[in-house]
Amino acid sequence: MQAPSALAHALRRIVGEKYVLTTPEALLVYAYDGSVDRSLPGLVVLPGSAEETVQVVRTVREAGWPLVPRGAGTGLSGGAVPLQGAVVLSLARLNRILEIDPDNMRAVVEPGVANLDISKAVQPYGLYYAPDPSSQKACTIGGNIAENAGGPHCLAYGVTTNHVLGLEVVLANGSRVWLGGKLQEEGGYDLRGIVIGSEGMLAVVTKIVVRLLPLPEAVKTLLAVFREIDQASSAVSAIIASGMVPSALEMLDRLTIEAVEPAVHAGYPKEAGAVLLVEVDGLREAVEVQGAQVEAICREMGAVEVRSAENPQERERLWAGRKGALGALGRLAPNYLLLDGVVPRTRIVEALRRIRAISEYYRLPIANVFHAGDGNLHPCILFDERDADQLRRAKEAGGAILKMCVELGGALSGEHGVGLEKQEYMPLYFTPEDLQAMAKLPQAFGSADFLNPGKVFPQGKVPTAFRPTTRLPADAII
Amino acid sequence: MTQPSLLQRPTLDKPFAGPDAPEEKDLYTCVHCGLCLTSCPTYLETGLETESPRGRIALMRAVYEGRLPLSPQVVRHWDLCLACRACEAACPSAVPYGRLIERTRAQVRRRLQRPLRLRLAEAVVFDHLLPFPSRLRTGMGLLRLYQRMGVQGVVRAVRLLRPFPTLASMDSLMPRLPDHFFTARGQVYTPRGTPRGRVALLSGCVMPLVHAPTMRACVRVLTHNGFEVVVPREQVCCGALHIHAGRLDGGRALARQNINAFLGCQPDAIIVASAGCGSAMKEYAHLLKDDPAYADKAHAFSQMVRDIHEFLVALPFTPPQAPLNITVTYQDPCHLAHAQRITQAPRRILQSIPGVRLVEMHNPSRCCGAAGSYQILQREMAERLGQAKLEDALSTGAQVLATANPGCALQLEAGARKRGLPLRVAYVIDLLDEAYRREASAPG
Repeated sequence: MQAPSALAHALRRIVGEKYVLTTPEALLVYAYDGSVDRSLPGLVVLPGSAEETVQVVRTVREAGWPLVPRGAGTGLSGGAVPLQGAVVLSLARLNRILEIDPDNMRAVVEPGVANLDISKAVQPYGLYYAPDPSSQKACTIGGNIAENAGGPHCLAYGVTTNHVLGLEVVLANGSRVWLGGKLQEEGGYDLRGIVIGSEGMLAVVTKIVVRLLPLPEAVKTLLAVFREIDQASSAVSAIIASGMVPSALEMLDRLTIEAVEPAVHAGYPKEAGAVLLVEVDGLREAVEVQGAQVEAICREMGAVEVRSAENPQERERLWAGRKGALGALGRLAPNYLLLDGVVPRTRIVEALRRIRAISEYYRLPIANVFHAGDGNLHPCILFDERDADQLRRAKEAGGAILKMCVELGGALSGEHGVGLEKQEYMPLYFTPEDLQAMAKLPQAFGSADFLNPGKVFPQGKVPTAFRPTTRLPADAII
Repeated sequence: MTQPSLLQRPTLDKPFAGPDAPEEKDLYTCVHCGLCLTSCPTYLETGLETESPRGRIALMRAVYEGRLPLSPQVVRHWDLCLACRACEAACPSAVPYGRLIERTRAQVRRRLQRPLRLRLAEAVVFDHLLPFPSRLRTGMGLLRLYQRMGVQGVVRAVRLLRPFPTLASMDSLMPRLPDHFFTARGQVYTPRGTPRGRVALLSGCVMPLVHAPTMRACVRVLTHNGFEVVVPREQVCCGALHIHAGRLDGGRALARQNINAFLGCQPDAIIVASAGCGSAMKEYAHLLKDDPAYADKAHAFSQMVRDIHEFLVALPFTPPQAPLNITVTYQDPCHLAHAQRITQAPRRILQSIPGVRLVEMHNPSRCCGAAGSYQILQREMAERLGQAKLEDALSTGAQVLATANPGCALQLEAGARKRGLPLRVAYVIDLLDEAYRREASAPG
């Protein structure tokens, strides 16, 4: 392994003096992402072009250092946290929209472009980019690819992989190749699909061809208020059973509503046990009919109130509560542990009941704000990590919830990725053979132990996110 | 290179102390979700986490906990912050970032020796100039003389100030000063028509001098709408510049003087035309919460403060009848949009003027780089942001760039002047006043 000063020197010659960071204060702010884990990088480098990225990858590889690509650092599973003192490769400066092709409904963008900025840029053409993670204002498309990110509207439209046609990537050996391209179908192996969701462990993405959709003619957002969360869960099942696929179907429980209202004033009634946020879109006539249908079902299941937002401002306000929910939970406790387990839609009522029991057993509040339509739960365990016992209980409660999801026939992660947070839980869901098959990929890409090492696969440790902190004292919070 | 102690148990002194230290509960409200990043002008310009709100808070915490020494290298990142508070509006956890950066700056001032030149300049401005309206007036009077006698032209032509970049940038910001300043001398303006109430007007420090005509416009607009306007004599600078620079005690002294001056004349509301001042005055309650003699009065005072646009729209104001026939674009001053969360009122006023075509620019609420003394101290970043703002304004095809804050107005005027752009910078209130006056002078 080359000395850090020599590596820094070599990298500065590629990207310029300003964009290689080695000072303690700089390393400290690249030790975290949106998750609970943190670990200091060896240094941070920010290339300004795909060409520079190629040279950076080669140089770091030759110097014998591991490398971790990073977007905006909004991820929730520790994907961008550099282990082993890795070099952080921030793609924040690769933030250009290179091409908009409205006729073929696609755009070519760089990885550092914020998700929402794509939709804003193509809006004049009547188009948008469908996957909409709640952090879409800040999270980058590159990070979305690493995590195969979802979002509320993925119920009807699918996740990132359904909206990316091609990727230009830098492989571990420094060669630059295209996986997929500008066409929907190209033949050959779908290597594009393998890289999407690979959590930065296979290649560094430098260009992305995204698929765009026409903005729907009409959108209707409904907010249904329930006294009991079980009623809301039944309404979810009933809506799907009716044959409709709303573009979004989200649930917020009482605790979340309490956190959200004072923060964003979205107009959710504070006394509600749960609210459902349902969106239908499409042709104007169909939207009217479906909206009425959703309202009728919700009332039948016991909704005390159903409101609908017709204009963009009202809609934005209703959504503001959902999109800002996670951050707003920061008001209730200094820390939260956010999980991403999935259960079959038909088991939501039972899953929520068991989460309640886990909350009582571990004596920690757990808020639920989630993609009800596809059973993607986001239990959010509230705690204060300065209290060592609370931290221990939070992690154990998290483990208990993930086990429960798998027991109910679900999975560990819907959209946040595995990263550090869930790697030790992988054997709950995958057989050793499954994992071995997966582990062949980094070998095949030549990126094993180089790109984002130490993630996704179980390391035989106590689960990273749920072990008592040994690496960090309870009071080290950044 | 890896320094595990950065994440480990504290090893250093904890330099943040005393009543004006950043509050622990504020520091720990941040859950580092990163949603603030794309609202931050300096992050967008640099792409660096160190120049982001989340990064700056992480550094505050590290210093607070004694994991990172308080050094000029760390302070640099806080200094580059505009304190525009766009992150505060974007933050779902409601982290009071403005308060955190102000208090951090107060700690830095206490603990780190700044260069002598800077300390002297600051002492002159903050201790001997800003708190005294008469000295400011005299100083600006001299500057006006400097302009009128043609000295400024000579100085600029021979680039006399080139060795003094701070002075040079101050000189380049200076617009042609008005012939008559607006002076608070306790005057009372009588309302037109049926009286609707009595308001007290903040004149401020810089605005009544460099933008005196706008202060008169404020008076006319308020009296036009039936308000008696008092301009309390004993009022002083609102203290915002002190507070932003971390001189909280200086800010408190000014706040107390203003509380005495304004509460004494028992107005229905205290009207502020400058976004930065309005924001600071609405926060007097928090600033003086630990002062037993003033806490209650400060609370009452803050409750009465209204931004002039907010006040007019809530009335509602009388819509002007005469047309202006111009295309206008509006830039949101940070301390109006982010600190006071007022974005619609100024736009409603513009839209109420017949013949005004309001065209929105790209990113209207992104900081123009003025940010109080920032435009003098962080010239490079300020210029970059100012130019970007002018570009955005130009691409709307507007003839008038409307704003609501003296700092923004100065910065944008200077930028437009320097490039010889066909863009007039005006306050929203100037335009409303013009429409009212045109109406009064119209026949019939």
